[in-house]
Amino acid sequence: MAHEATMSPLAHADDHHGEHHETPNVFGFWLYLMTDCILFGSIFAAFAVLRNQYAGGPSGKELFDLTNVGIETAILLFSSITYGFASLNALAKNKTMVLLWLAVTFVLGVSFVGLELNEFSSMIAEGNGPDRSAFLSAFFTLVGTHGLHVTCGLIWMVVLMVQMMGPQDLSERMMNKLACLSLFWHFLDIVWICVFSFVYLAGVM
Amino acid sequence: MLGKLSLSAIPLDVPILVGTFLGVAVIGLAVLGAVTYYGKWGYLWRDWLTTVDHKRLAVMYIILAIVMLFRGFADAIMMRTQLALAYKGNPGYLPPHHYDQIFSAHGTIMIFFMAMAFMTGLMNLVVPLQIGARDVAFPFLNSLSFYMTLVGALLINISLFIGEFAQCGWLVYPPLSEMQFSPGVGVDYYIWAVQISGVGTLLTGVNFFTTIVKMRAPGMGWMQMPVFTWTAFCTTVLIMVSFPVLTVTLALLSLDRYLGMHFFTNDAGGNVMLYLSMIWTWGHPEVYILVIPAFGVFSEVTATFSQKPLFGYKTMVYATCSIMVLSFVVWVHHFFTMGAGANVNTFFGIMTMIIAVPTGVKIFNWLFTMYKGRVEFTAPMHWTLGFMITFSIGGMTGVMMAMPAADWILHNSLFLIAHFHNVIIGGVYFGYIAGMGFWFPKAFGFKLNEAWGKRAFWCWFVGFYLAFIPLYVLGLEGMTRRMNHYDNPDWYPWMLVAEVGAIVIALGIVCQLTQLYVSIRDRNLPENLDLTGDPWNGRTLEWSISSPPPAYNFAVIPDIHGLDTFHTEKQLGLKAHGKPLAPIHMPKNTSAGVFIGLFSFILGFASIWYIWWLAAIGLIGIVATMILRSADRDVDYYVPVSEIEHNEEVYSRRIAAAQAAE
Amino acid sequence: MAQAHAAHDGSHGSYSSYLIGFVLAVILTVASFAAVMTHALSPGMALAALTVLAVVQIVVHLVFFLHLNTSSEQSWNLMCFIFAAASVIVIIGGTIFIMHDTAINMMSR
Repeated sequence: MAHEATMSPLAHADDHHGEHHETPNVFGFWLYLMTDCILFGSIFAAFAVLRNQYAGGPSGKELFDLTNVGIETAILLFSSITYGFASLNALAKNKTMVLLWLAVTFVLGVSFVGLELNEFSSMIAEGNGPDRSAFLSAFFTLVGTHGLHVTCGLIWMVVLMVQMMGPQDLSERMMNKLACLSLFWHFLDIVWICVFSFVYLAGVM
Repeated sequence: MLGKLSLSAIPLDVPILVGTFLGVAVIGLAVLGAVTYYGKWGYLWRDWLTTVDHKRLAVMYIILAIVMLFRGFADAIMMRTQLALAYKGNPGYLPPHHYDQIFSAHGTIMIFFMAMAFMTGLMNLVVPLQIGARDVAFPFLNSLSFYMTLVGALLINISLFIGEFAQCGWLVYPPLSEMQFSPGVGVDYYIWAVQISGVGTLLTGVNFFTTIVKMRAPGMGWMQMPVFTWTAFCTTVLIMVSFPVLTVTLALLSLDRYLGMHFFTNDAGGNVMLYLSMIWTWGHPEVYILVIPAFGVFSEVTATFSQKPLFGYKTMVYATCSIMVLSFVVWVHHFFTMGAGANVNTFFGIMTMIIAVPTGVKIFNWLFTMYKGRVEFTAPMHWTLGFMITFSIGGMTGVMMAMPAADWILHNSLFLIAHFHNVIIGGVYFGYIAGMGFWFPKAFGFKLNEAWGKRAFWCWFVGFYLAFIPLYVLGLEGMTRRMNHYDNPDWYPWMLVAEVGAIVIALGIVCQLTQLYVSIRDRNLPENLDLTGDPWNGRTLEWSISSPPPAYNFAVIPDIHGLDTFHTEKQLGLKAHGKPLAPIHMPKNTSAGVFIGLFSFILGFASIWYIWWLAAIGLIGIVATMILRSADRDVDYYVPVSEIEHNEEVYSRRIAAAQAAE
Repeated sequence: MAQAHAAHDGSHGSYSSYLIGFVLAVILTVASFAAVMTHALSPGMALAALTVLAVVQIVVHLVFFLHLNTSSEQSWNLMCFIFAAASVIVIIGGTIFIMHDTAINMMSR
């Protein structure tokens, strides 16, 4: 039996249903992502209600720089396939390439967060911070929550890279962790699709 | 350095609080002293605090729930006493500032830390045993969830002695809860306590959903699952769907308070009504999160003590699932008076009324289960029968208020208070106490005292009607909730009756404590010991193993052939398992949950008081503990066959002894 | 070991599937930006186009990056996703329905 396969050594696969080919860890993480999905859904709902409440302040049309958003989107899309390449190399047990692709993904992720922070700080510097209007509160919270998730993903990525260089190598347990982070990273892309479509693009119309 | 915290935050000027503090301090020191005197710290740490065993976590959850019940009930009887006094010239004994904190704390504690903790405790104890699993899917997360709940409870109770609690009701509606109107730390205590325990609840939801989906014993298809497990399953779904909404809603409120944003403010485009809509998007499913497992308890209790299979198992499952779905599309009935138009109110009103249909199906199922059964009137059965009557009344007043037109008159009156206590005491609390009596022998190996259990039931049952029927009348007479003082002479006698009811309920609680004391004292009497592991002639898998079960629950994972396999095999005289034993893979205990809990407490407390350096320490501590835990490779062990054989032998000797005694 | 290995037997994509997904995602993203930046569509039409393109792109990401499919081993993941998506639609749709109606009724906006 895989000694360190999983945090949950107890699972007796209920293969009598013919539906179980995955450790509970990845499934449990998928469930967490679904709750995260609802979390973002709630923030989107708040944004939808408050999106026109400018309180005399600037609207999205005046604030948003679509070139910046385009670059951010491109970065995230690239980081998605670079993470995908890391996953494929992990399956092929090619640790050096996994670390390399993870490093590329990390750099892309950091530049995304950097661009976002840059956008935020310039908006705040012009007096259009989150306390300016309900619209801006909702904007900063929604985009900021996504950014916070990306930041958590980056910290997680570093931890996994360090652990991978240490004794954990590409063990089953590590493969599970990589699979979970993969789901997380690609999930954040999906959230970003909604952000650029319904916050930025719909905001400048 | 210490943010808003200073010595003046300690309410030395309120004698009630000083007295309470002294009482808590004396009891606390006595407990700590006793543990030290008997040298039990090591045992406590190794076997309980760091445990990942779902059965022990269950016990800790339920102890927490009972302690919180005392706190919540103390608040309740203080409010009743205030209103029995505060008529005409008498201002009562609680000034508004204190009274407002009490009604806010009462609701918060009873829902989040009494009912939720009790429900999670029962789920922990029963679900893995009922599906033939050796633990939950993520034992460490289970321990972490417990500590998150505990930290929330600690924070809310510390607010008694350091600072203050929220004064704007148990759901802290803005704009009253905004910085402008509540500049103190009360609302922050509320936010952090609920947020931290909410994370724990969410993890519990994910954990138990995964457990039920992935870890059922071979052969247990969906329609072979015991009803309690079904209800636990529906509850976990509701937890996962609704708790993120609560997290977001409270996070937006804290952004308003901490960073001056404008989600729910009166100015700068904020929208107060949005808070109502969002909080009840969570809040309505929440009441079903609490009551659906209680339905599961009643199903198990009724079937077992009527000595019949549950009537209409499938309709019970479908009814539970439809309640689960419907509970998510009714939330507007909590604020029909907000000002939405007829479209919205009609839609949500009709949806609310529809929920009564599956609930009614359940009531009839329980009645038909008892019909022509040999009903044993044990204490859990008493609670179940009391529930059927009380909950039906509460449900019907609920349907009354589901009519928007009627709700415009009844909204925020004492009629509403009577209604939801009618369903929460009569449904949730009666259910959990029935479940506690039913599964107590499984957890500890001896039964609870029946006589005291029945006395407790009668006090609660009679006390409930005395305390809350007057509130229906008062509501119809126009008395609103959360009043500190009144002048209307028509209300006064009813308030006195309600006070008497509260006192009778207090007697019920005293009976319950006596029941615990007497049961523990007499635990070794032959009629109280549960040697066979099956004291009630049970139907489901948890009764097929010893009481209390070994850490790994099942020496051999059972094979399931249908609903109530254990009961069928018992009647046919089949031996439950003859499979060879093998070493069992189990998770090791871990202190990571304790430490993450500790750092969350630091984070919460420091953020409440704006001590930012300390909050940073808390946050870093949480992350560091999680990283260390993820690097820990020493997380499991194998139970050797010799130990399993030994346990099995002891168990068969006990069964033989029990049979000889008969 | 069977169980441990099983975690990686499923479809985990290949270089070509990631690249196909990437190309599709780029096309859809560019289409979304173009729908707004060219001003070729009326605001209502543009919003409809954005919604359709976003939904399609979400599906593309789910299939090519998160490897969600209708195979039996993924059936629970898929079911959970559909349920979560339905819940999100109820939350967002319900909130907009309620708040919009209130705003009109109370003439607060």
